[in-house]
Amino acid sequence: MTTNTEPYVLNIGPQHPSTHGVFRLRVVMDGEVIRDLDMIVGYLHRSMEKLAEERTYTQNIPFTDRADYLAAMSSNLGVCLAAERLSGVEVPERASYLRVIFAELQRMASHAMANGTLVSDAGAWQTPLLYMFREREKILDLFEMTCGARLTTNYMRIGGVAFEPPPEFWPALRDLIDEMPTRIDEYATLVEHNEIFLGRTRGVGVISAADAINGSLVGPALRGSGVPWDLRKAEPYCVYDRMDFEVPVGRNGDVYDRFMVRMEETRQSVRIIRQAMEQIPQGPHKTDIPLALRPEPGEVYGRVEGPRGEIGFYLVSDGTPAPYRFHIRAPSLINLSLLREMAIGASLPDAVVSLGSIDIVVGEIDR
Amino acid sequence: MPLGPTQLDGHRVGARLGAALPGVVTVSTDEWVEVAADRIEDALRWLHDSEEFDAAQLSNLTAVDRHTHFEVVYHLQSLDLNHLIAVKALVRNHEDPLLPSVYPVYKGALLQEREVYDLFGIRFSGHPDLRRLFLWEGYPGHPLRKDFLGLGALTPGLGHFPNEDRANPSRQLNRDNLVSQEMPHEAAGGAMAGSGH
Repeated sequence: MTTNTEPYVLNIGPQHPSTHGVFRLRVVMDGEVIRDLDMIVGYLHRSMEKLAEERTYTQNIPFTDRADYLAAMSSNLGVCLAAERLSGVEVPERASYLRVIFAELQRMASHAMANGTLVSDAGAWQTPLLYMFREREKILDLFEMTCGARLTTNYMRIGGVAFEPPPEFWPALRDLIDEMPTRIDEYATLVEHNEIFLGRTRGVGVISAADAINGSLVGPALRGSGVPWDLRKAEPYCVYDRMDFEVPVGRNGDVYDRFMVRMEETRQSVRIIRQAMEQIPQGPHKTDIPLALRPEPGEVYGRVEGPRGEIGFYLVSDGTPAPYRFHIRAPSLINLSLLREMAIGASLPDAVVSLGSIDIVVGEIDR
Repeated sequence: MPLGPTQLDGHRVGARLGAALPGVVTVSTDEWVEVAADRIEDALRWLHDSEEFDAAQLSNLTAVDRHTHFEVVYHLQSLDLNHLIAVKALVRNHEDPLLPSVYPVYKGALLQEREVYDLFGIRFSGHPDLRRLFLWEGYPGHPLRKDFLGLGALTPGLGHFPNEDRANPSRQLNRDNLVSQEMPHEAAGGAMAGSGH
C-alpha cells in the first residue's frame, strides 16, 4: 500500500542544538525525506569587514577572535601572517614556534568540540562530549595562563606573539602532551567501534573528491573525501616545514571519515607540539613594529590551515594605517556550499549528522 | 608586494590565457591577471580545464569598491600542482554592477557570490539563487560600498598614535580633520605624558 504525502516546511533553529549556533534551516519534507533545504544565516552578522576599514591592522586582530571563536588562535595567526607579508615585518624564530604550539593546541581544542558535538548529534547524548571537553578545558587553561583569555585570545601580534608564556606553562603543557595520546585512545574506544555511531555515520553525507574540490571545501571536509590537501604541507608557514607529521585522509567521504580525520589530526597535533617543544630556541617573542603600521599600497592574500580548513585574509592597503579592504575567507561558510545537495534525498536525522560533520562556527559564517 | 609562496606570476598566466582566448586579458601584473568582466566565466573555465594551470578549486571570491568601479577578485588554486592564481574582473558600472556568475564552473561560488551581492550589490547573471545572505531583503544599501551611509568619509578617532613618528605623512583622507584632533597632552612633552594627571 502506498500513502500519499504532501510536502511540508519544517523550520529548524535559529535556536536548536543541532545547528551548533544561531543558524536556521528551512527544510521542505516529504514524509521522512528532505526535498529541499534552505539555510538562513546572518543572525550573528557584525559587519567586521566594514568595521575593520576604520581600524588599524593591530586593532583588527580581536575581530578575528570573534569570527571563529572556537579557533581564535588560528584566525589570529592568519591575519598576522597576512599583515606581516603586506608590510614586510620579520618574525623572531621563537615567536614562530610559539605560534605553532598555540595553533596546534587550538586545533586539538576545536576538534574536541567538533567531534564531541557530532557524537552528540548522532545520539550519544553528552557523555562522549564531556570526555572530550575534559582535555579541551586543560588546553583553555593553558591559553588563560598565557594571555588571560580562554576563547577570545587576541594572542598573536604583527611581528610575533603578545606575551611570553609564564614559567608554569611549560610543565603543564608537558603533562597535557604526555597524557593526550591515552586520552585520544579513550575516545576512540568509546566511539569508533560503537554500533550505533557506525550506523548513524557510515555511508551518510557522502561527498565525492571531485565535488569536494569543485565546491571549495577545505580542511577535514575535503580530506575526509580522500584529498590530501593541507596548507601546513602545501604552503608551509611559521616552522611547519621543520615538523614531521602526516596528513590523514578518509576513503569514502562520509561523516565517519570526517570524524576519523579529525581524530587522527589530534594525534598529529600532539606530535607537532612535542617536536616544537624540543626545538624551540631562546630569544625575543616579538619584533617591535610602529604603532600605526602603514604598509605600502598593495594587496595580499594570506592563508593558514585552521581547524576547519583554509582561513584566508585578503588585505588591501592604500598606504594609510587602516586597511582599505579586509576580507576574511571563512571556511565555515564556504564548506556549506554543498549542504543543499547533500541533504536533498536524505532523511532529516542524516542531514543533522552531515551538518555536524562539516563543523560550522556561526560566528565565522556571519562575521 | 611579495607574492605568496605558491602564487603564480600574473604575466605568465596572462600570456597563456590571452593566447588561448584572444581579447580576454586586459592587464597582467606581477601578482594578478585582469580579464574583461563579461568574459570572466570563459576565462575561469579555461583556467579550470587547462592542464598547465589546473585551477581545480575556487579558493576565494570577493570584491573591492574602488569608488569609480568594482574589482571582483578570484583566487584559484590547483591542488595537484600546488599553486595559486589571482584573477580580477573590473566592473565599470558603479551604479548597477553586473557580471557573469562563475557558479557553472565552480560550485564553491554559490555562497561567496551571494555574499558579494549582499554586501556590495554586485549582481551575478546566471547565479541559480542570488539572494541576500546575511542581511534581509529590503535592507537599504550594501554596507561594504565605500559610499554606504556616507561612512567612507570617517577616519579613526585618533589623528595619530602615541609615540608615533610624526615625520611620516599622516593619513591622506580628511587631513583637515586630523589637525583639529591633536591630542591634548601633546604640548606637555610626549604623547602619554599627561595621562597620569
